[in-house]
Amino acid sequence: MAKLPGGVLTAVKQVRGGVKVAHHKNTADCEVIRIDTPKSVTIPMQMNIGAPCEPVVKVGDEVAVGQLIGDTDKFVSAPIHATVSGKVTAISDIKMPQGNMAKAVTIESDGEMRLWEGIKAPEINSREDFIKAVRASGLVGLGGAGFPTHVKLSFPPDKGIDTLVINAAECEPYITVDYRECIDNSWDILSAVYMIKDMFGFKKVVIAVEDNKPEALKILKRIADDREDVNDEVKVMVLKSKYPQGAEKMMVQSATGRKVPPGKLPADVGCVVMNVASVAFISRYIKTGKPLVSRSLTIDGSAIKEPKNVRVPIGTNIGEIIDFCGGFSKDPCKLIMGGPMMGVAIVGTDFPVLKQNNAILAFAEDDAILKKETDCIRCGSCASACPLSLTPTNIVRAVKAKDPAALNRMGAMVCMECGSCAFSCPAGKPLVQYMRLAKTILREEAAKK
Amino acid sequence: MINGKTLHVSISPHLRTTKTTRSVMLDVIIALCPALIASGIIFGLRALVLTAVSVIACVVFEYAMRKILGRSNTLGDLSAVVTGILIAFNCPSGLPVWMVIVGDAVAIIIVKQCFGGIGQNFVNPAIAGRIFMLLSFGQMSKWTAPMAGFMNLTKVEALTGATPLAVAEGEALPSLTDMLLGIRGGCLGETCIVALVLGGLYLVVRKVITPVIPCVYIGTVAVIMLIAGKGDFNHVAYQVLSGGLVLGAVFMATDYTTSPISTKGKVIYAIGCGLITSLIRIFGSLPEGVSYSIILMNIATPLIERITTPKPFGTPKKEKKAKEETA
Repeated sequence: MAKLPGGVLTAVKQVRGGVKVAHHKNTADCEVIRIDTPKSVTIPMQMNIGAPCEPVVKVGDEVAVGQLIGDTDKFVSAPIHATVSGKVTAISDIKMPQGNMAKAVTIESDGEMRLWEGIKAPEINSREDFIKAVRASGLVGLGGAGFPTHVKLSFPPDKGIDTLVINAAECEPYITVDYRECIDNSWDILSAVYMIKDMFGFKKVVIAVEDNKPEALKILKRIADDREDVNDEVKVMVLKSKYPQGAEKMMVQSATGRKVPPGKLPADVGCVVMNVASVAFISRYIKTGKPLVSRSLTIDGSAIKEPKNVRVPIGTNIGEIIDFCGGFSKDPCKLIMGGPMMGVAIVGTDFPVLKQNNAILAFAEDDAILKKETDCIRCGSCASACPLSLTPTNIVRAVKAKDPAALNRMGAMVCMECGSCAFSCPAGKPLVQYMRLAKTILREEAAKK
Repeated sequence: MINGKTLHVSISPHLRTTKTTRSVMLDVIIALCPALIASGIIFGLRALVLTAVSVIACVVFEYAMRKILGRSNTLGDLSAVVTGILIAFNCPSGLPVWMVIVGDAVAIIIVKQCFGGIGQNFVNPAIAGRIFMLLSFGQMSKWTAPMAGFMNLTKVEALTGATPLAVAEGEALPSLTDMLLGIRGGCLGETCIVALVLGGLYLVVRKVITPVIPCVYIGTVAVIMLIAGKGDFNHVAYQVLSGGLVLGAVFMATDYTTSPISTKGKVIYAIGCGLITSLIRIFGSLPEGVSYSIILMNIATPLIERITTPKPFGTPKKEKKAKEETA
């Protein structure tokens, strides 16, 4: 493995393709500030990949911060907690950013943010205790995907998993909350890293940061060096700033040179990838026992008056957060939950913040309207941008022909929808849309059999 | 709805490159400019007039065809302009003007628009147009002498001379310097190698093309000619610099629509072009084989794509082999 003079690792294997996107890390110097307590929060019961939760409270119940309000006995799921203290006023179906409906619990805040008296630091003596504690904390991957963290850690000890990759790449433009986590809570990150490493017997830990965040690199490296670590198994790795460096499969490739096969998970090649904010949260939870009730968000974009990094109770209405940031400076033309490359465009501000949201971006007309779609010229930009070696232009043809056999051969299911292809397309094709259509065709075909 | 205005909702990514089909084609036009200027100096005003007529004809045919077929107007993408310039570049400057218009019609009406317009043609329209003219008009092989005076518009057809490829044994060849500068008989855009290479470098720097196809194509011809000429480097130099090889390799074989996408595919395609060009030049009854070789490899492109499309990320090696066998 290549070593820089300072003991910082570089990628074992460079990621193929990808695109250069303007970083727009405007809020990098904005410390995360807590917003005013919202008047009410609406907490959806579906905030993770996997099974939704069922409410365990009734309308009229008094709840306090950190009290369990939704749970399920399904394995791939995470419990949900009250994020403000107050009274449950409604349990109803609400529209989610992606257009689907989900059950949600509305809590009217009493303004006190009273902590639930049942909160206590978990007792951890074994890895089972640890996994149980992580599940109880309600943690899901805070990087955007929302995969329940305890599921990632529930691998058998003899599976040969040796590498823990901490993802601090933050390759999406605009978003700086992971960067702030590295700067402001670096001790939390490192203490959780050592805890997880010892508990699960990881032989190597790689903390990956893109080279456009030298401050974060410096701080993490200093702390990693300070710590007594006989075999020097925790290393900071610098990655070239390129989108999508932070994607899970790309992280595994950069850190170990291994490739996750189609349809498999990082665990199948001996790796676990965790977001840096998730790790920092684990450290705080183990100390205090306070479950996941709030998260940091970057509020930015050309239509936001005062771009900020804010800490908000989960379930806070987006409109309230934007008002906290001075409201809109111009008429917004597009609102995005998440980053500009993979985020979801939403139809209004009346949505709650979810556990896995990391940004809210609002753009004025000039930045919001995409270029007109023209005919494909088969230039191959999409294929050279794809980090997963797909050829999107051919997949589009197979989608139009509704040819599942061809789609299967071309590996359409492998696509992670990073959007590098559509970004680089001179003809302005909505290629991610075609990729999703391709997956729908393949799923329908699989259901037929 | 915010402040009474509807928000835009679209699928991610919400950022796009500034590159458009139009900007790509504009880059190609810019890259063709040095050769166009050179043709004006070498073959005079007539070369420029022929190019202008060809461009106008292509644009008119494209507009009319889209209109007749009830499709959207695509003049804005500038691809018709590129085709117009390339067809003119493949004609001797003394060619009667109506003949180049016939070539333009074949290229735009039949090869491009009848197959669905930009991105849908199965062979390069400009090459098809040139081959049609080559088969139809004897004047396509009557070369205008270089440096006959800028305003020489009238006596062009009298001034015919052989190109280096067609020179009989014993006749004097132009010097290598003249070959590089383009002071020789030939199609109006193909002679000035310096200008063509300059345009090619511009395209590579602007990332419009990768250097794979031009380099492998010309390299293959050079290697085969070196073997055929029994190690005579002078012979190799003349073979590489003469005819339409550089023009074809840089501007015609690299056409997006009719060449493979993957690098592996591009290499196979370019070797095929080089091989066919060399075989025609060595064994064929034609003096030149660039157009035919490119059009044949255009047709082979879907087959090359089939075997060279990269396997999705992380596909295990064994499975890869099994898949190739079934494909």
